[in-house]
Amino acid sequence: MFSILQTMWNVFLHMFHRRVTVQYPEEKPYLAPRYRGRIILSRDPDGGERCVACYLCAAVCPVDCIALQATEDSSGRRYPEFFRINFSRCIFCGFCEDACPTYAIQLTPDFEMGEYHRPNLVYEKEDLLINGPGKYPGYNFWRVCGVQIGGKDKGESEREAAPADVHTLLP
Amino acid sequence: MPVEIDVTTVYIEDRPYPMDPEQNLLHQCLSAGFNLPYFCWHPALGSVGACRQCAVKQFKDEHDKHGRIVMACMTPASDGTRISIKDSEAAAFRAGIIEGMMLNHPHDCPVCDEGGECHLQDMTVMTGHDYRRYRFEKRTFRNQYLGPFLNHEMNRCIQCYRCVRFYREYAGGADFNSFALRNLVYFGRDKDGVLENEFAGNLVEVCPTGVFTDATLKRHYTRKWDLEFSPSICTQCSLGCNISIGKRYDTLRRVVNRYNGEVNGYFLCDRGRFGYEFVNSERRIRQSRLRTEAIGPDAAKRHLRDLVASNPGVIGIGSPRASLESNFALRALVGPDRFYAGIPSSELELLRLMLDILRSGPAGTPSLREVESSDAVLVLGEDVMNVAPRMALSLRQSVRQQPIEIAKRLHVALWQDHGVREVLQDAKGPFFIATSSATRLDDIATECCRGAPDDVARVGYAIARALHSSSPEPQDLADNQRAFVESVTNAFKMAKRPLVISGASYRNIGIIRAAANVSRVLPGATLSFITPECNSFGLAFLTGTSLEAAIKAKPTAAIVIENDLYRRLPAPEVDSFFSQCAHVVVLDHLENRTTTRAELVLSTATFAEADGTLVNNECRAQRFFGVFPPSETIRQSWQWLGEWENLDRVIADMSGGVPGLSGIAQAAPSAAFRMSGAKVPREPHRWSGRTAVLANITVDEPKPPVDLNSPLSFSMEGNPDQPPAALIPFFWSPGWNSAQATNKFQEEIAGPLRGGDPGVRLIEAGQGEGIPMASRAAESDEDARLSAPNRDRQGADAFNGALFASVPSAFQPRENEWLIIPLFHIFGSDELSRAAPAVAQLFPDPYLALNADDAAKFGAEASVMGRNLPVRVTPGLPQGVAGLPSGLPPLEGIMLPAWSGISRI
Repeated sequence: MFSILQTMWNVFLHMFHRRVTVQYPEEKPYLAPRYRGRIILSRDPDGGERCVACYLCAAVCPVDCIALQATEDSSGRRYPEFFRINFSRCIFCGFCEDACPTYAIQLTPDFEMGEYHRPNLVYEKEDLLINGPGKYPGYNFWRVCGVQIGGKDKGESEREAAPADVHTLLP
Repeated sequence: MPVEIDVTTVYIEDRPYPMDPEQNLLHQCLSAGFNLPYFCWHPALGSVGACRQCAVKQFKDEHDKHGRIVMACMTPASDGTRISIKDSEAAAFRAGIIEGMMLNHPHDCPVCDEGGECHLQDMTVMTGHDYRRYRFEKRTFRNQYLGPFLNHEMNRCIQCYRCVRFYREYAGGADFNSFALRNLVYFGRDKDGVLENEFAGNLVEVCPTGVFTDATLKRHYTRKWDLEFSPSICTQCSLGCNISIGKRYDTLRRVVNRYNGEVNGYFLCDRGRFGYEFVNSERRIRQSRLRTEAIGPDAAKRHLRDLVASNPGVIGIGSPRASLESNFALRALVGPDRFYAGIPSSELELLRLMLDILRSGPAGTPSLREVESSDAVLVLGEDVMNVAPRMALSLRQSVRQQPIEIAKRLHVALWQDHGVREVLQDAKGPFFIATSSATRLDDIATECCRGAPDDVARVGYAIARALHSSSPEPQDLADNQRAFVESVTNAFKMAKRPLVISGASYRNIGIIRAAANVSRVLPGATLSFITPECNSFGLAFLTGTSLEAAIKAKPTAAIVIENDLYRRLPAPEVDSFFSQCAHVVVLDHLENRTTTRAELVLSTATFAEADGTLVNNECRAQRFFGVFPPSETIRQSWQWLGEWENLDRVIADMSGGVPGLSGIAQAAPSAAFRMSGAKVPREPHRWSGRTAVLANITVDEPKPPVDLNSPLSFSMEGNPDQPPAALIPFFWSPGWNSAQATNKFQEEIAGPLRGGDPGVRLIEAGQGEGIPMASRAAESDEDARLSAPNRDRQGADAFNGALFASVPSAFQPRENEWLIIPLFHIFGSDELSRAAPAVAQLFPDPYLALNADDAAKFGAEASVMGRNLPVRVTPGLPQGVAGLPSGLPPLEGIMLPAWSGISRI
């Protein structure tokens, strides 16, 4: 009998505590920048597509919901011909972001992706690609890697010497 | 008397392991299953100790705690050696070496085609080097254009020298080298240009990192882990090299070597590696059609059945590029009497003769591994490099066999690659070529003899005669021929494992008979025939009637499988055949002139979509498995033609119904084979995109396709154990993502695959059926073996298991006519690789080959057989002999050799 009364008293006291429940959707909760929500593809500071179609995100994905095909432009810069994420399978684990060597694929603090039809959850590259660098503003993979692309000759990457003169015999 | 030690005991981490004292520690540690990193060592190239990566700690005895670091690849596995791989100092040394190599290695992995199958990645992970401390500038290089097959990215080089060692020393190339000095060593050509060597594509697998990558793969790039692989057999020549074919998103993406110790070993030729793209060609027939209307598969099959029922005289024309099963299905449908080989009698008769010769022995036919270890070789009338390229690479190794004895006498271990080469210098063993024109192997030949095909045959007969007096003697040999015969004879008498190579290239029966004679009078000799196509011997097992007989039969209806008859016979003959045939059904996968003549065209599977068996030039039956899931519209020939439940049923019917083919079921496990209850997965376990690949079409992931014909599944699920050798779809082992994972599948490094190399020999020498043979027991008693020839000489030149007697007469040039012989091109003579864009870039333009004197009579162009062709001066062609490139449009279908006038324009 006493314990029942004590319980009712505790419940009564809670009426005066601060509310935890948020009145979603009128009120939005705070989500940290590193929240693992909707996946995007970002661009590098120069506006180029960051994704180099290395297939690492697809390989690491535990539910295999990423499919892409690599291609190259005429200057040798590699990018995905198509890039597809099946969000109806995605578990938002963030492994793809971890695996990405170019900061291209990022998870964002947006979870509002509900759809009535599952096919609508299949996102193609045009649905994924945003117009900015996302969480990592400075990085441009092509400035670090040694492959020659349009606008960047051999030896023009960061910490690269000019192309060696293989005809010299100087010691 | 010294006792020969075959097995020594080597202690690794204080545990004893039996090892081969003839080998080095690296080889033996890898054979024993240890993971020891290495770069410059390659099982086929030997040790040079250049990269310092395979360091281990060696101890004097069990009390030695200090030890010293040695390179495992440069240390013999001698008895009582004590080493430690795990030793912290040795491990730190290896990590340091990797760190040094990575100083200049670019940050390329995400965009490097080698990524995911990179030996450098694997070794870096294995040594534990994971953090870059070097803060200074990286060295860079400019790349070169190396042709349509290879992509060059020199920044990635770690200077292991494997590429030059393979290209120059193993494959005999000259236009590729190392340049510059100290930390600027550059590997490439002196200037941009197409790599000349026919085996350059192997650099993709030889290079431990991404300096040389597959340029055809780059156009539709897919990582190794994303490819669905099948064990397959190359269909582009008769050697039957084992390949793994990789598919992704409904296109064939690449071909990689599939190790088979007896056949191709570690290497493929460029035609085999890059000729696969015809599978993706726009010329593919993807839909069956009746006249010009597309027709559904069931309606098409019904139409075919009605046609066969209403035309009792329907004939079947088989093909040497179709599998045994497909040819057999046609034979079963029309009946053995109305099944024709689909090749001219000039070719078919030679194939039947070769089979008879091989059946009766006593000379066995060698595998490519045995070709490699032959110590004296005679090539009679074959341009090996252009007809059976991979064999040319084996022959390049065979010329080392005799000089290597010097190294053995000097106690230089054979794995000491530089030591052996230092001893050998330019010494080459006996290698003789008798052909009608220069070949790409002339540079290693001891002596070459040029002559018209008949003269080549006469030289062969003369050699047989010089080796044994009961062989017939050709009269009036020229002086140069006599000298050549004498050199060959002397060399063959000294040889332990002599080899005679011949084939059907010149369509000359005398050459084959002469080769048989030489192999018969030479104790211990082996005899290798090169056949024109991937299943030529298989077809010869099934029928003895030629394409001409089919035309003579004047059928009202004909079914042609996987065969462009316009490449076999002159166009007017084929035209008249088709016009008198009321109904023509063609089963093929690429549009060609024959398909345009068909009433009904059935869309047929290529090797990448089909399963079946091919019989190679050593009569080895090998099974290949398709990598594409079964399709309604594209079916295999045997599926169109019959009602078999699966491939095994066809094989069962065939092995019971065709003499000589009873063994083919053993070529690979049947479709019922399971490993721990599961099929062998075609996909690597890390195959990606399973729930996304088809998501744009449907989000309900379909069930994986069922494969009724093979024990392989279209899935990544299955037993992680190693499958039987014939079913290995790709080589992968934990920690070994590159092609070097092959190590983990072999009984011993560079030895056979576990459980034996795949394929089953249908003919072993001296074990033929129904033909009298010289028994092996009589081999030691030469006279008993050769008692038959006298009988033989009286009758016609009938073959009775002994020696052939009819020597052709010497070639006589004619006044205004030339003997036109076929000349072969590795890139161009093959039918299917024509539709592969990369290979097609290297095709020669049609030309007329003449020797310098004859060419002087004509200008830059001449007219031959109604065609105007540019004249090309070809060294070696005898006076009165001209050459036309074989199989090169528009010259296909010309029956060569033939006499023809040549006129000025």
